[in-house]
Formats: sequence, C-alpha cells, structure tokens
Amino acid sequence: MLKPDDYGKTDFLQILKSRCPDQVADWNRLNSTHNTLPHNYLEGTTVLALVYNDGVIIAGDRQATEGFQVGERRIQKVFKIDRHSAIAVAGVAGPCFETAKLFQVQVEFYEKMEGISLSLDGQANYLSSLVRMNLSLAMQGLIVLPIFAGYDLKQKKGRIFKYDALGGRYEEDTYYAIGSGGKDARSTLKKMFRPDMSEQDALTAVVEALWDAADEDIATGGPDLIRKIFPTLIAITEQGVSEVSDEIVAGLFDELVSRLG
Amino acid sequence: MSTPYYVSPDQIWEDKKVFVDRGIGQAKEVVVLEYNNGLLMVAENPRRTIFKISEIYDRIALASTGRVSEYETLRVVGIREAEVKGYTYYREDVTGKWLTNLYSQHMMTIAQAWDVKPLEIELLVCEVDGNPDFRSQIYKIAFDGTYEEMEKFAVIGGRAEAITEKLNETYTEGLELTQAMQLASQTFESIEVEETEPYQITPHTIEVGCLDATYGRRQFRRFTVEEIAEILNHAS
Repeated sequence: MLKPDDYGKTDFLQILKSRCPDQVADWNRLNSTHNTLPHNYLEGTTVLALVYNDGVIIAGDRQATEGFQVGERRIQKVFKIDRHSAIAVAGVAGPCFETAKLFQVQVEFYEKMEGISLSLDGQANYLSSLVRMNLSLAMQGLIVLPIFAGYDLKQKKGRIFKYDALGGRYEEDTYYAIGSGGKDARSTLKKMFRPDMSEQDALTAVVEALWDAADEDIATGGPDLIRKIFPTLIAITEQGVSEVSDEIVAGLFDELVSRLG
Repeated sequence: MSTPYYVSPDQIWEDKKVFVDRGIGQAKEVVVLEYNNGLLMVAENPRRTIFKISEIYDRIALASTGRVSEYETLRVVGIREAEVKGYTYYREDVTGKWLTNLYSQHMMTIAQAWDVKPLEIELLVCEVDGNPDFRSQIYKIAFDGTYEEMEKFAVIGGRAEAITEKLNETYTEGLELTQAMQLASQTFESIEVEETEPYQITPHTIEVGCLDATYGRRQFRRFTVEEIAEILNHAS
C-alpha cells in the first residue's frame, strides 16, 4: 500500500526513478573521458511558434538528419501536451523525444491526480527541470531545446516559452524559432509578425518561415510534394489544441509558391 | 504471559464480513452501464469535487463506493502504477484486468491481516476498447480482493442488489449515451421512491462520467452539471 508520504507526490519522474530507475536515462554517467561520442544519432532541425489574436501556432519541419545524411523524412517534432498546450523539440532526437514523452506523461499524471490541469506556468517551469536533466549531454554538444506554447485560460492569450541548455526559461511575447534553421525562420517571422494577427495571416507567416528555413538551411526539410510530407502546424486557442490538416498546409505552400514565383 | 483465546478462522472472517457489510450498506451506489460507444458511470453524489468516478488511464476508469479516504489511496496507486507500466512498455499494454489484479492483491492483503481493519469499499474497474471481442469490460472487486467479471452493467453500494434487479428488467443493449444516462437516473429515482427519506435525483446530485471509444486516446470524460441537465431534460 501507499505510504502517506508518497501519497502527495505528483512528480511522475521521481516515481519512475524510484520504481524503475532503468527507464530514465542517466546522462550524468557520461563524463569527460568519453570524448568519442557515437556519430549515428538523429538530429531534429527547425521548430517555431507565433502568437496571434486567438492564441498561438506551434510548428516544425519533418526532417531529421544523421550527419550529412537525411536520417528520417517523416519525424514528428511537435507534440500535444494537454488540451491547451504543445511542445516542439529541436536537437538530438533520442533525448528530445524522451523529454517530450516524459513531459506529456507528467502533465497528464498531474491532471489525473489533482483533478485539475497543471497551470501553463507550472508546465513551463516543470519543463525547465526536464531540460536541465540533459545538462551533461549538452556539455558534450548534444543539445535538446524545446519551444513550449500554450493558451493561457486565465490571461486569455497564447504564450510562448523558450529554454536554454541550462534549463533557463524565458517567455517570448511574439514569436520564436530554434534549431538549425531557427535563425532563418526568425528573420521571416520578424518581418511578417504584426500584433493581433488573424489565424490566416499567422499560418501564412509560419509557412513562409518554414519555407525560408528549408531554403537556407540544408538540414531543414521543406514540403515534400512527391512523398506528400508537409510540416506539422498546430493551432492552440481557447477551444483547445487542433492540428492544421495536410490539405490546408499544402494549400498554404501552393499560395506561397505562386506568390514567390 | 496469558494464553490467547482461540478464535476460529470462520469466526474471524464472518466478523470482518459483517463489519464491512455494515459500512457498505450505507454507501451510495454507482451504476455502470454499457452503451453503444462505451461505458457510462453514474453515482448518487452531491459533492462537486470529491468524486466516486475517476480516470485512471486512457481506456480505464474507476468507480468506487465506501470510505473516500480508502478508495482514494487505491485510485492514486492505480494511476501511479498504470503510468509507470505504460511508460515502460506501451500505452495499450495497460489493461483493466491488470489493474483489477493489482487492486485485488492490495485489498486481499489488508483483509487477511489480523491487526488491521478491512477496507470498507467496493470497486468497479471499467475498461473499453481493450479486447476486440467485447465492447467493454467491468470488474467488480469486493473488500477482500475477490473479483468477478460483469457483463453489460454493474452496480456497487448499499442497494446494489435491488438496483441490479431493476436493471435486469429495464436494461437493453445498444443504448445511446443519452438513453443510458436517462435509464441510470430513472433507476435511481425508482429506488429512491421506496425510501422513507428519498434522495432527490437532480443534475446537481448525481455524478456522471463515461469512457467513450470514439474520444481518441483519452477516453474518459466527466460531465458538468449543465451537460447532465441538458441531456436529462432533452431526453425526457
């Protein structure tokens, strides 16, 4: 049976560590003597988020690289966390996905235990500690960097949080992009962002930013018309998280191409 | 040292059963019914934040009656163990039968201990979409950990037998969610009529939740007072 001390614990990671320690990667076992890291790991590339009048859009391309090769063309980097939040991850794929999965389980675990959702700030803070967990990995150059976005039901607006490798959490009021093509995407978002954008304008800006990232950065994948692979776009509003369908995304890219051509 | 009195195992077990029956006898009931897309759970419960029906995992919910503090512990144990199992393997590997055995072992251990009082609770582990051959599975667990598999509907609480008898006559397969909710509330009303001080069945005094196979990964949903009122008014 449960000890009374254990009863109030709502941190899933701590429970997992005490019950099944082997399920949690202990990167601290890596030390400076292990200088030769394996080369065959996948890296996710560009993810971004943009605030608009009804909420926030969070998006990512679908490619992962393995050195100079395409490692995976259909990878998903954007994950729904709860009814009003989602995370997008860039960096070393394995730990990235582990971070996203743990984060999702944690937020849901909290909600079930308490009967109410973990606040958006609470989620953003918890993610800090998950990012910090990968610190020794980051010291080796293997970085996991998420963008976290959600609709704040109390403040009635979309919010974006970015992180650094040490777990630092910073809020962005407008837009943010990260990953190998992050800088290119940010330049585009900077030019296209307007306060109080409509959803249509926001989607147009996001698609153009993803296009520019793919255009300038060799690691970022653009829309793949032959295989019908399109970037993931997720809109989060007061009504909840909803994925923008491939048909709509394809249409936005068509518009973009005719505008550019 | 004095010699302890001999008490036969029959007597000890009988005493425990009488003790638990007295507790459960006063417990409000929870009805679980299968409808066309899943399982509906309805309880007599006027409280707004202390629940008898709760989400455990994607396709699994727990309906409980008896002492809140006792089933609350089991609810938390269930969520913890289910999350650990689902994280270790895969989410669909967490099953109702596994959870039922987990609860059963906990409850049996406590019931058989000589120096602890048995748990005054009854549980229904509810699962949908787990086995392609059945639409739903319901396991009814008694205080001593014994459990049985229920088909189509199940009831726990003091007047479970009387309610089951009524449902045997009125329950039909393939109900819509609204029909199932109406049936549950009517069943409660008909049982309350026979009481000297009947409990009023209104959207404020019942707790309703469901597991619906059409909801995607997380199939549990709790209905608000407004939603319950709308469905019940619409149905009548």
